[in-house]
Amino acid sequence: MPLTEQDIALLKEKAWLARRNTIQTLMWAGGGHAGGALSQIDILVALYYHYLKIDPKNPKWEDRDRVVLSKGHGGIGYAPILADVGYFDKELLKEFNHTGSPFGMHLDMLKVPGVDASTGSLGHGLSIAAGMALGARLKKKTWRVYCILGDGECHEGAVWEAAMSAAHYKLDNLTAFVDRNKHCIDGPTETVMALEPLKDKWISFGWHALVIDGHDFAQIGSAIDEALETKGRPTVIIAQTIKGKGVDFMEDDPAWHYGGIDSDKMELALKSIDRMYGKA
Amino acid sequence: MSTGLTYHTYDTDHMTPAEIYGHVLAELAEERKEIVGLTADLAKSTKIGKFGSKFPHRFFNVGIAEQNLFGMAAGLALAGFIPFVSTFAVFASLRAGEQVRTDICYMNLNCKIIATHSGISFGQAGSTHHCTEDLAVMRSFPNMTVIAPADGYETANAVIACVDHPGPVYIRIGRGFEQTVYTGPDYGFQIGKAVTMHEGSDITVMAIGPCVLHAVEAAKRLKEQGISVRVLNMHTIKPIDKEAVLAAVNDTRRIITVEPHNIYGGLGSAVAETIVEAGKACRLKRLGLQDEFAIVGYTDDLYSYYKLDDNGIMEAVAEMLEVEVEEDEDWEDEI
Ligand SMILES: Cc1ncc(C[n+]2csc(CCOP(=O)(O)OP(=O)(O)O)c2C)c(N)n1
Repeated sequence: MPLTEQDIALLKEKAWLARRNTIQTLMWAGGGHAGGALSQIDILVALYYHYLKIDPKNPKWEDRDRVVLSKGHGGIGYAPILADVGYFDKELLKEFNHTGSPFGMHLDMLKVPGVDASTGSLGHGLSIAAGMALGARLKKKTWRVYCILGDGECHEGAVWEAAMSAAHYKLDNLTAFVDRNKHCIDGPTETVMALEPLKDKWISFGWHALVIDGHDFAQIGSAIDEALETKGRPTVIIAQTIKGKGVDFMEDDPAWHYGGIDSDKMELALKSIDRMYGKA
Repeated sequence: MSTGLTYHTYDTDHMTPAEIYGHVLAELAEERKEIVGLTADLAKSTKIGKFGSKFPHRFFNVGIAEQNLFGMAAGLALAGFIPFVSTFAVFASLRAGEQVRTDICYMNLNCKIIATHSGISFGQAGSTHHCTEDLAVMRSFPNMTVIAPADGYETANAVIACVDHPGPVYIRIGRGFEQTVYTGPDYGFQIGKAVTMHEGSDITVMAIGPCVLHAVEAAKRLKEQGISVRVLNMHTIKPIDKEAVLAAVNDTRRIITVEPHNIYGGLGSAVAETIVEAGKACRLKRLGLQDEFAIVGYTDDLYSYYKLDDNGIMEAVAEMLEVEVEEDEDWEDEI
């Protein structure tokens, strides 16, 4: 079912909150992967506030849908969402990255409730997600698995080994997103190591592939709906995004792949986010 | 060899060991046309980018693809070049471990791996980015030489020395700023030869990386308290300096090894093997990660949490000598 206007209004509200909380956490943490955390947020918001079957009070509920944030460095933008949906107290985010904290830059599933797999080394997540999807089939369960990949991450050969396997095993309960923000660390992906034609690559690996605007909830919603209906093969949603989305001085600037902010910068960033959502 | 290195290269006040590496490589490559550089989307982070911007046509950034990275380096070495390859230690030793072993070490290729962010130097990134296994892994590959420099000066020395050291070499350095233990590069660095940093006769502390400075500081304080500690900088883990190890056994009978690495397979293991195989015995304590994944935190905190800092070393010395010592109280643990 397509998202209603009401659904979209709620998701926008949540995305606004998630971006704000990410920026706050970035300040508490003393630094983090700001750019990629902000580009992936609308995908995570659509999943966590509309599509996922989860029970935050019971994080290990067996029949839950699974999420693997394969671009694990996005943890700083993921943890605030997990907190908001109720996995843990938001106050804990103030300790992000601090010595002895459960939260490091890359979230540890043994320490952070709601995280289904520990990630951070790029190129591992899609294999793990494919294994989870295969597990659902073996157990005759209906849970679904969502995996979020970075576009730079798609340089990794392991991504394509996993892609081949997921298609081979016809894992239609698996949906992958590529956060196509067009940058890795050392520059634009197309300059460092070209990925295009990316959609064609996925199609040739046996996937159902879609390209959407990754900041448009109507498009994210209909792409997920299409994935839910696609049988016999996994779906990849290539979400065209903007690295640093929402914070004007971070947007599309590779220098903000990783960085820190002080409280003045934080205020500027929050204002920019508020402006984007018509809140200022 | 004449390297033509400038004073600027050694600006340890303003440069991290990784930055010094980048500069040294860029300078070496002027004379040595056979040097090529490779990385996997970590040109900026590992500082090999300094070479890359000076010699763009001899520099290859293969994207985030470490297995391909080391395979291509092997090919370039087979074609007659000396590849310098840089990525984080965890990806060099584990993600691409088989490429390093089979494509580089098995063919005994002239390939130099300069791995940054080793040990617990990327403290806040968590276990996916910590690397407390690389020494064990790399040491087990035949033909590989394994070096863990103590500071920026030693990083420069190791990088210069490895160019003409035949075969594969692995040099592990950290991430950020580190205080130097040396005051300049001229102290007689030689691959495979431990450096005596502090003379002593009661006990020997053998250390690598930033732990060398901690050991020296600990030894100075202990000296004030009447305890005589020998400190050895064991920068080359393979081949280990057997002579220095056995001399320490003979002279002090007590050894403590200190490394930002799992106690299994690294410096401590290399030292223990050397002692036992020589038919000797002595008291031995290995400081390091006690077979666990490190917690998240500021790197300095982690050094103190895992007892790899001045106080941790002093504590271990006191325990082994069964004496009481006064620790440095200026340092307040945050934990
Ligand atoms: C195997 C591996 N190699 C290198 C890194 C270091 N690293 C962290 S983020 C990053 C760039 C990621 O780019 P992309 O996947 O496009 O993520 P995004 O732009 O969304 O942040 C790199 C190379 C890593 N985490 N894992």
